Amino acid sequence: MLASIYALIACGYVLVYRVSRVLNLAHGELMMLGAYMLMLTATQFSGYWPVAIAAAAGLSLLTGVLVYLFLMRKMTGEMVLAAVLTTVALGILLRGVMVLVWSAQQQYPAQALHVTNSSIVLPGGARISFFSMLLVLTTALIYGALLAFLRFGRWGIRMRAAGQSPLLAAQRGINLHAVYALAWGLSTLTGALAGILIALDSGLDQTMATIGLKAFPAALVGGLDSLAGALVGSLVVAAAEVLLIHYVDPLLSEVVPFLVLIAMLVVRPWGLFGTREELDRV
Amino acid sequence: MSRRPRASGYFRTSYSQDLKLVETRTERWSLTILLIALLAFPFLASPFQLDLANQVFLACIGAIALMLLTGYAGQISLGHAGLLAAGAFTAGILSKEMNAPFWVTLPAATIVGALLGVVFGLPSLRLRGLYLAVSTLALHFLVVYLGGEYETKRGFSTGILIDPPKLGGWTVSGGRIWYFILGLFAAATLLLCLNLLRSGTGRAWAAIRANETVAEALGIGVSAHKLLAFVISSAVTALAGALFAHYRGFVSVEAFSLFLTIQYVAMIIVGGMGSLLGAILGAVFVTLFPYGIEAALGALPGAQRHAGLLFAVNYAAFGVVMILFLVLEPLGLVGIWKRVQTYFLLWPFKHRPMAGSRR
Repeated sequence: MLASIYALIACGYVLVYRVSRVLNLAHGELMMLGAYMLMLTATQFSGYWPVAIAAAAGLSLLTGVLVYLFLMRKMTGEMVLAAVLTTVALGILLRGVMVLVWSAQQQYPAQALHVTNSSIVLPGGARISFFSMLLVLTTALIYGALLAFLRFGRWGIRMRAAGQSPLLAAQRGINLHAVYALAWGLSTLTGALAGILIALDSGLDQTMATIGLKAFPAALVGGLDSLAGALVGSLVVAAAEVLLIHYVDPLLSEVVPFLVLIAMLVVRPWGLFGTREELDRV
Repeated sequence: MSRRPRASGYFRTSYSQDLKLVETRTERWSLTILLIALLAFPFLASPFQLDLANQVFLACIGAIALMLLTGYAGQISLGHAGLLAAGAFTAGILSKEMNAPFWVTLPAATIVGALLGVVFGLPSLRLRGLYLAVSTLALHFLVVYLGGEYETKRGFSTGILIDPPKLGGWTVSGGRIWYFILGLFAAATLLLCLNLLRSGTGRAWAAIRANETVAEALGIGVSAHKLLAFVISSAVTALAGALFAHYRGFVSVEAFSLFLTIQYVAMIIVGGMGSLLGAILGAVFVTLFPYGIEAALGALPGAQRHAGLLFAVNYAAFGVVMILFLVLEPLGLVGIWKRVQTYFLLWPFKHRPMAGSRR
């Protein structure tokens, strides 16, 4: 469960990093924005929750593309640090705006949509709430779709090419800006889906961005430019977190992902599945 | 520090002239005026303004330390708040548990900072750029977690209270005394860094920042100098943290969030990378910024209604300013200052004469 949350968020980091070599530290906030989008659409389409979710996801895709077009496009070719800091600044801006628009109180979009979060008994006696179930399924679906897209899709191949060598890709007639914008859009979309499902499951408030940040180690442990790595990394980080919370100290929850991160950086900085030459590119 | 000969035709003819920090008469005069203004300020200002000035001094110390590391040695760190927290907690714990006086806690915090600097710096030997930033970020969370753990385990769940420090039989409290203490520390930090950057160490840092491989080929101990940069920067930062703890009389992990780190990074970006003046300008700007927003909001009609939103407006405005600086003015406030300077230097012309045409 935790692993699939992390995995769904982590693939957003991986998408953007793989294609444009920018680490998007505003991902947590973008994810939260997606969840708030649901609040917006929930009032429009209350009653049809799949429609509301789809509308919110569509809006998020648009947001991601707009973020790239109006902000990150100006930062291509700048120092990597500057680009990363721009995303940080974007995160702060978004957080402020979100509090302004939707206030800092905890909200429950599930109620606004009039759906009940019934629990489902799995074979084996484990209980899982409906939206958690949906989250796991979504994660599997998204990963399957993304992997297939990157391997077989026309635009997916273009994205991989742009990630490997922007210069050569541009010379082969690939529209880099479109590819980057698409990567940002998809990344925001997956992040928003994660945000929406978490919000449906357990409510929505300002702490959600922290979850986004905690998913980042998962992406790095797996290797920042590998989707499959993000999946494995999420499993590792989530397992470590659950075990340590259970056996050592519940307060550790905030730091465990980062402990794993440090351990990983010491041993194998490029991650489990990442490519090695990354390190000197910065 | 690049110290080029001046356009005015003032040339240095001896080594002692080259070593001087204050060279020309104008510089001497403006420095004197600045000093007098700084000395007179606490006697004219209201307590609120004094508090602002003190915060600016504290921010200056931290920003200069970060500038040393990021702006000069080129090592990115996102763990600044963690180091400040370490300093503050060292001071807090020492004075709470052992009743240690002011003059013990400060050096102790500095030493803890230096040791942590080694820890923070170790990843830099293997990692570069983004990955280094991430590892320092992870360490930040670790330090803050340890601080929080101490708070809960010892039962200071809201934070540690520190009595006002005593020097001899004399209690240090009140904004005016703190103004001089903090100002002194800030000035000392500035002088230390100015001189450090002119020394071999500073040049080695600049070389590492420009190109590590070349620096190594030139015989500079890259690892040692990187670690040294981290150690010095962290020690100064922890000192700032300890001063902060004593000044506020209160330590709590909530004060050292990731946002604080971002604020410090914003200071050196807004101020201008690779310039101590930039660090100071940035510290002033970022510290006063929220108060400026508050004042601006207060001036709007219906101020009462907006009071609750202040925090959010601050966040949003801060983000906007940071984005604007990153996108439109990557050289920061110093860049603007330099441009104004050149404008007046070259007046009535617009551009510098092309190289070689002067002959």
